[in-house]
Amino acid sequence: MPIMSIEDFSFTYASAPARSLSNINLPIQKNCITSLIGPSGCGKSTLLRSLNRMHDLYPNNEYEGKLMLLNQENDEMENILDIKKENEFIQLRQRVGMIFQKPTPFPMSIFDNVAYGLRISGIKNKTELKDRVEDALKGSALFGEVSDRMNKSAMGLSGGQQQRLCIARAVALKPELLLFDEPTSALDPISTAAIEELIVELKKDVSVAIVTHNMQQASRISDYTAFMYLGDLVEYGETEQIFLNPREKKTEDYITGRFG
Amino acid sequence: MEKLFKTVSFMSATLVMVLLASIFFSLFHTAKPAIEEYGFGFIKEKAWDEEVPIENDIAATPVKKEEPKAAVSSDDDDLASMLAGNTSDVPTKTVYGGLIPIVGTLLSTLIAMIFALPIAMGIAVFLAEIAPKQISNIVGIAIELLAAIPSIIFGMWGLFYFAPIVQSFVGGYQVSLLTAGLVLGVMILPFMAAITRDSMRTTPDVLKESAYALGATKFEVIKDIIFPYSKAGIIGSVILALGRALGETMAVAFLIGSVFSLPTSLTSPTVSIPVAMANSFGEATGMKTSALFYLAFLLFIISFAVISIAKFYFLRKDNK
Ligand SMILES: Nc1ncnc2c1ncn2[C@@H]1O[C@H](COP(=O)(O)OP(=O)(O)O)[C@@H](O)[C@H]1O
Ligand SMILES: [Mg+2]
Repeated sequence: MPIMSIEDFSFTYASAPARSLSNINLPIQKNCITSLIGPSGCGKSTLLRSLNRMHDLYPNNEYEGKLMLLNQENDEMENILDIKKENEFIQLRQRVGMIFQKPTPFPMSIFDNVAYGLRISGIKNKTELKDRVEDALKGSALFGEVSDRMNKSAMGLSGGQQQRLCIARAVALKPELLLFDEPTSALDPISTAAIEELIVELKKDVSVAIVTHNMQQASRISDYTAFMYLGDLVEYGETEQIFLNPREKKTEDYITGRFG
Repeated sequence: MEKLFKTVSFMSATLVMVLLASIFFSLFHTAKPAIEEYGFGFIKEKAWDEEVPIENDIAATPVKKEEPKAAVSSDDDDLASMLAGNTSDVPTKTVYGGLIPIVGTLLSTLIAMIFALPIAMGIAVFLAEIAPKQISNIVGIAIELLAAIPSIIFGMWGLFYFAPIVQSFVGGYQVSLLTAGLVLGVMILPFMAAITRDSMRTTPDVLKESAYALGATKFEVIKDIIFPYSKAGIIGSVILALGRALGETMAVAFLIGSVFSLPTSLTSPTVSIPVAMANSFGEATGMKTSALFYLAFLLFIISFAVISIAKFYFLRKDNK
């Protein structure tokens, strides 16, 4: 069952002469990991950033088609492109979290980083904040490393720890869908392995869409894989099928390393 | 070629240091008689260019009698020196104290800051985060032009157009601490706004996006991400503006009234250190010159301290 269904979706940047994505149809399955692969510049980030309406932070970008998100309360799909009011954007972004390529700790303490989303969502109760911050840090396999320095600046953590902190920060809000944009491309192999393990762990509670240019990573962690090329979705299927048995010539060329 | 370049740059650097040191020591040297005469008490002394009876314990020191030239002093001062002159059997000396110009400088700068800081922050936030690009660019250019206007023009505009408006609201004198402080504020405002905008713009997009991605509103992103991130730059701009306000002469000279009297209210006229110097050097001799240099020396120290703190903050930001 999909938590998000991308239907006939196209996207045009304000400053671009043509569409950067055209006619994408793709489901994001619930409690699964879906990876988006493809050569650099094919539109993976553009698609991912559409799913929490990040492009709306900048003027005059244009969406076409539908992005249907499952409303878990009544089991109905609702088009997030209908969203116009600020409080609806806030709700959407609380439900659909995002982790970026480079770790982006805020210049504040570790505790305050994780509590940030909770605080601005209106949670003031100290014990509730503390519990949820600790849960999120435990869920992100970071609690043991930082429990004795929660009030120290987050800038002092290592790159891998910072990225797990960013995951904890997103997880604290109990999102339904988490979007990862090449979350390990700035990290060393050990930190990368820790993050991959964490993402697999997370899918019990949350659905995941992950952009990666690392095909081993896609094949290791994802249940479904979508291959994109020049703004088109070339092929989508179960990860095993895409990697072992691609239907499209383009997909095969890409995964066998003939280009990209 | 490289060697030549190195030599030239080394020499220019040395030149700057020599210049700085020579200004410091020439100020100190000329101020020395006044420093020796008045010591730190200079800062607390209200009298400027006044005859006072000599007390017993210092009666031995020679009286450096001066013509009481009161071109810039108020009626009170004239009266005081007349009275002092009349009681001719009591030995007197002329006293110079820095309290009034020091207070005038600090208060006019404080008023300027209180007025300019919130407005500059508002403009910077508007330019960096709220206004559409085209509007931001146009207003940005206007701000930079404002920052480039010579201060004498601010002074003239302030005296003839701004001060009457202020007076119509609050009464009092047109030339006063308040009008001088406000015009000073108008002068440093574009400068602070421009630097603050620039440092806000250095906040990485991805940091702002991370906050938006957690459901933050624009206001929350400005308050929680952009302000803390650009804090060092903002403090730097404030302190540089402080340095500028402290030393400003022309704009303040038009508006502060140039009288040596302690302000009793916001709307009373007074004098500041640079204005006192500009107005008095023409006819100053002997101890008066030395006292003026003492004032200059104090201003140098205050400004130097302020700029050093600014540099400290800028450096800290670079290291982050
Ligand atoms: N802000 C932008 N404005 C205009 N064009 C953009 C912008 N961001 C990306 N693009 C273009 O959109 C296309 C897809 O980019 P992107 O989604 O970043 O690719 P990927 O993440 O797959 O490497 C590229 O051609 C890129 O140049
Ligand atoms: Mg990308």
